[in-house]
Amino acid sequence: MASTIRVRAQAGSTSTEVQALIQHPMDSGFVKDSDGKLIPPHHIETVTFVHGGKTVLTANWGPAVSKDPYIKFSFAGGAKGDELVVTWIDNLGKTDTLTAKLT
Amino acid sequence: MKIRRLLLTALAACLLGGAAPAPASPEADRTAFQAFFKDRFPQTPFADFGNGPYAVNAPMRKQWEEIMQFPPYDFALDEGKTAFETKFANGKSYADCFPSRGIGIRQTFPYFDTKTGEVVTLDLAINRCRVANGEAPLKYQTGMMASITAYMSETSRGKPFAIEIPDDPRARAAFEEGKKFFYSRRGQLNFSCASCHASSSGQRMRGDILAPALGILAAFPIYRSDWGSMGTIDRRFTTCSSQMRAEPLPPQDIRYRNLEYFLSYMSNGVPITGPGTRP
Repeated sequence: MASTIRVRAQAGSTSTEVQALIQHPMDSGFVKDSDGKLIPPHHIETVTFVHGGKTVLTANWGPAVSKDPYIKFSFAGGAKGDELVVTWIDNLGKTDTLTAKLT
Repeated sequence: MKIRRLLLTALAACLLGGAAPAPASPEADRTAFQAFFKDRFPQTPFADFGNGPYAVNAPMRKQWEEIMQFPPYDFALDEGKTAFETKFANGKSYADCFPSRGIGIRQTFPYFDTKTGEVVTLDLAINRCRVANGEAPLKYQTGMMASITAYMSETSRGKPFAIEIPDDPRARAAFEEGKKFFYSRRGQLNFSCASCHASSSGQRMRGDILAPALGILAAFPIYRSDWGSMGTIDRRFTTCSSQMRAEPLPPQDIRYRNLEYFLSYMSNGVPITGPGTRP
């Protein structure tokens, strides 16, 4: 199974721009399926981006975030070749992590 | 006397049959069709028509370019590539069913099969390949079918549509049927495909920009934000039908296939851009 995370991180002169796409159903728990049954909530709760041992971003997500979420942010510092570790954890305790290199 | 009778018959035909135009050749139809869109969108380079609404609307194009830094169809593309390369239970694979092992051939679909006398789309060929190899057919419209066609389109990017109409009256009839479907009004809103995608193309329909019919299938399958997932040409056709409040046809219905044949032939020369993303 391929990773559920896609990351592109570009180091600039003073900051690094990060874009990430995560494959996840992000079921809110309020939607019914075609049989009229509620689809139980299944969504990411925490996403973290760690650069050089330091957490550069933590996102607390909930049921309002849409399917296959996309995130874009930048942080100060970062150099080409550095590692960026992306991790998500959902409400069912499932998790995935990916280590990307800054370009 | 004879001439007069002929003239009268011709006049009667005109009056009774409404328009009874001289039977144009598909090629003449295509030239006129492409000229209409070139004339309507003089700023748009011909090769760009495969990009749908983004080819004719600058603000939308800008947003799209940002989306394309991280295309939402990426996951489907990966899934499709893996599935395409996975062997069936009998040891064969999709590659064995297609010319050039299935790589770079999207632009030749749909084609007219002179043996069976019908239009064969890529989706149909994929399912026939599966059935011939003892696998269950895939569901049309979404899911794995969209993923596999996404991969096959991706390997064909930049190749211009090259649809042929063989010298066979049935092929010509299929083309004419597709043409008739495109221009016929249907549904409670009394729209034809052409109402939106020819005469109103480039204009807004509420929040959406109507894509020009020229090259409209080049980007399929698409990740449509409104759907929140991938969809094939069938999914688009059925959605169009319900938006016109017409009864959608079953996927791969011969009428939809003929329409796809007509539209693809009219777009000959427009490069494949699929998989695509649409609002």
